[in-house]
Amino acid sequence: MSNGILEGFWLDLVFFLILFPFIAAIVLLLIKADNVRSAVVGVSALLIAAVSVWLLVAYATSGTVFFPVSPEPLGELMFLIGMGIAVFILYMGFRYKNYIAIALTLIQSAMLVYFEFGISHGAAPENNFFVDQFSIIMALIIGIIGSLICVYAVSYMKDFHHHHPELKDRRRTFFFIMFVFLAAMFGLVFANNLGWLFFFWEVTTLSSFLLIGYTGTDEAIKNSFLALNMNLLGGLAFAGALIWLALTGGGMELDKLIATGGIIALVPAVLISFAGITKAAQFPFSSWLVGAMIAPTPVSALLHSSTMVKAGVYVMVRFAPVLQGTTPGYMIALVGGFTFLLASAIAISQSNAKKVLAYSTIANLGLIVACAGIGTYEAIWAAILLIIFHAVSKSLLFLCVGTVEHQVGSRDIEDMNGLITRMPKVAVMMLIGMAGMFLAPFGMLISKWAAIRAFIDAPFGVIFVIILAFGSALTVFFWAKWMGRLISVPPPVENAERRVSRTEWLVLSFLAGLVVLATVLFPLISSYLVEPWLFAIYGQVTRLAQENVAIMLIMLFLLMVLPVSMLHYRKNQRQLKPYMGGMTTTSRMHFTGAIGIDREVTLGNYYLENYFGEHKLSKIGVPLCIILLAIMFAGVAVAGLVH
Amino acid sequence: MYNTPSDHVCRGRRCGVGALMSIIYALLFLLLAPVAGGLIAGIDRRITARMQGRVGPPILQPFYDVGKLFEKEKVVVTNSQNFYVLCYLVFIALSGAMFFGGGDLLLVIFAFTLAHVFLVLGAYASNSPYSHVGAERELIQLMACEPIIILAAVGMYMVTKSFYVADIAATKIPLIVFIPGLFAGFVYILTMKLRKSPFDLSTSHHAHQELVKGVTTEFSGSTLGSIEIAHWYEAIFLLGFVYLFFSWSPVIAVIAIIIIYVFEILIDNTFARVKWPLALKSSWLVTAVLGILNLAVLYIIGGFLK
Repeated sequence: MSNGILEGFWLDLVFFLILFPFIAAIVLLLIKADNVRSAVVGVSALLIAAVSVWLLVAYATSGTVFFPVSPEPLGELMFLIGMGIAVFILYMGFRYKNYIAIALTLIQSAMLVYFEFGISHGAAPENNFFVDQFSIIMALIIGIIGSLICVYAVSYMKDFHHHHPELKDRRRTFFFIMFVFLAAMFGLVFANNLGWLFFFWEVTTLSSFLLIGYTGTDEAIKNSFLALNMNLLGGLAFAGALIWLALTGGGMELDKLIATGGIIALVPAVLISFAGITKAAQFPFSSWLVGAMIAPTPVSALLHSSTMVKAGVYVMVRFAPVLQGTTPGYMIALVGGFTFLLASAIAISQSNAKKVLAYSTIANLGLIVACAGIGTYEAIWAAILLIIFHAVSKSLLFLCVGTVEHQVGSRDIEDMNGLITRMPKVAVMMLIGMAGMFLAPFGMLISKWAAIRAFIDAPFGVIFVIILAFGSALTVFFWAKWMGRLISVPPPVENAERRVSRTEWLVLSFLAGLVVLATVLFPLISSYLVEPWLFAIYGQVTRLAQENVAIMLIMLFLLMVLPVSMLHYRKNQRQLKPYMGGMTTTSRMHFTGAIGIDREVTLGNYYLENYFGEHKLSKIGVPLCIILLAIMFAGVAVAGLVH
Repeated sequence: MYNTPSDHVCRGRRCGVGALMSIIYALLFLLLAPVAGGLIAGIDRRITARMQGRVGPPILQPFYDVGKLFEKEKVVVTNSQNFYVLCYLVFIALSGAMFFGGGDLLLVIFAFTLAHVFLVLGAYASNSPYSHVGAERELIQLMACEPIIILAAVGMYMVTKSFYVADIAATKIPLIVFIPGLFAGFVYILTMKLRKSPFDLSTSHHAHQELVKGVTTEFSGSTLGSIEIAHWYEAIFLLGFVYLFFSWSPVIAVIAIIIIYVFEILIDNTFARVKWPLALKSSWLVTAVLGILNLAVLYIIGGFLK
């Protein structure tokens, strides 16, 4: 379990994972032919996924390994690209007359120029990249789930432009950005130099901006600027952290900073966590992620599962040891807690499937943020499990909704009534994805359970236990009623599943398998990756007791075996029509209503708008979390002054 | 390298002979709970009848009823509905077995929720208006009950320092003294879980339901019988949960269970059914006020004891 230093970064898997998606992106920018593009995406995705797994095999047991990389020319190159990005955003800002974006970019560029030429000189760190177990977990999520989403996107985007002939086909740019996004995410999880981490951070902001605005409609442009501005605001805080570190001599190396702790580390931890809160779409910044669903579905899947929002919680989990037990840490945790509670409640009132998924993402990220803010080893264990399981289930759900949308022509949950007869395989996969989100014995529930235990043992944790108890009840409601829509068996209809492409089937089946597999393998993930990592940082670890793992495996086994009973139930049963209060109905559920009008029975879910409406609850969540963030900044400012 | 507490510490009766005892207790639950649950249902019906000035059926009537249900013709609206009911029965029995086997209380609660989700799915599957509304209401009830059940388990943990039912049952601390608020909250939602008025919204034991039979409208024959058996399992599990609050003294615990159950029957016969918003709001309010106050007090006491 010793930490090592490894020369030869340029030949290492880590460097390959950062560079290769970028090369693939450039190749994809140049390719025009459809089938060549699918081949390139397929091969690149396979390679990225394979190398991520190879990284696991190579580094799983080697603790933290640092890569000394000379800051020249890489650091200078990053600075230049960063300035190029700023110029590009300024151009976009002027083109679409978005002056907030222009102002934020100008301030940030000024800060970075000051940082680069005014104060950072001579303080260039050596160990600029590193890999540890947490990086490996993130790399697996990005490398496997991110690549699968890209593969799915090939087939989806073809359909997408077929369905929307009015939109300009910019698929070359689309796949370019998707792969740049992956490259930036790999860079982000391997960077030990905070300045470099910030570079990758800004690339993800830019990528999401461009992907959300892909279709170029007015709404898409509006939402993409909303996302850009909120994330640029977070970027400002991040840049502020860099300047603080340069001024106080705290050093740019993530590992040393966290080991140092104290106020030197707390100020940047809070500023970067603020950036994380914007990126992870917590209240008051949740609206950008909800608006982002305007983008084609693979983009949503990517933003929600393996990139963007996960970058936000990744840095917060990194800084968790510094936040532990501090007032700003508790404020961050409260922002996460209230976001979890309110976003879960809002999800109840939504009938748009992508919006439900978006609010569920915001809610679950809230839970991760709460764990990070509390920062005990138990809370971080729960946070990492949440990151893993959420990525798997949520990507599957988004892609399923995308497939349904193209075949059924709607993303409304009410239109998914009886999907089990129209698109049986997709419906079953969706059910697996949803079970993965809230039911025992699947991953997300294990994680919530871990979170409850972590909260009880933490000081003031009782508050979070109460939030979690109410929040998880809300979660059960909105997932279960959606499940109910899918499985209700309406009068016979035609199967609409045959038109789904083989690529989509492949990706969906793989992800559905992964939901189950992650649950089976989680004790191994915990003991080989998460626990050694926690032990290295905290000197303590936690895990589930073995008999509980055994019971959960029994439950999983039962869930896989019980459907066999369907074969038995098909025989010897007489089928009748549903009871209609004595009213006679036709086989298609039509009945003769008042004054002899022929009516069809339609059933709809409860959305309880009066209680859980989006605007109503946002009006509570936004000011509440702004106050909490203000207390957080005040707390850190007081601590800084005392220092 | 390192050890976690769970690797080498054995608490409760979870090791060696203890593990064997757990399995025996779990098996005893699986065998005896339907008998006990059926008997309680029979006594319930007798007491209810007396409260209404009737003689009432024989104590064994619930068994005759279920036996008759299994003789009936198999009739369904859709084939899949029986599958969901089977899952409901299996997971209710499993969560009860885990509980009486002394397992982790939170895991028991999660398995219990899973079971109920299956019942709701079974009601949705039939695409029938009455069972559809029943399913929606059942979900609302699930949402109303869940917080206090979790918080009750958390309160027990804060006092006994264990989530294992075996440890909580073996404690010498009078839990009820420390968590009366959580107990009151639990009794409040117990009415819902036992499907008693004023909270018998999704389905009812009484014949007068505006939703016909709510979630169970489209189930008949052996499937309806299975739901009834699952409900017996559930009743015993819930009364077991009540036992934990008084576990320091088994005699008092049994007396408490009897009083609570008779109290529930009395409420059932004296209150009219309420609408779902009131059921949801009132149970969340009770949970929020009693549960949070109780946990806050516990937390402060815990701080002083440290």
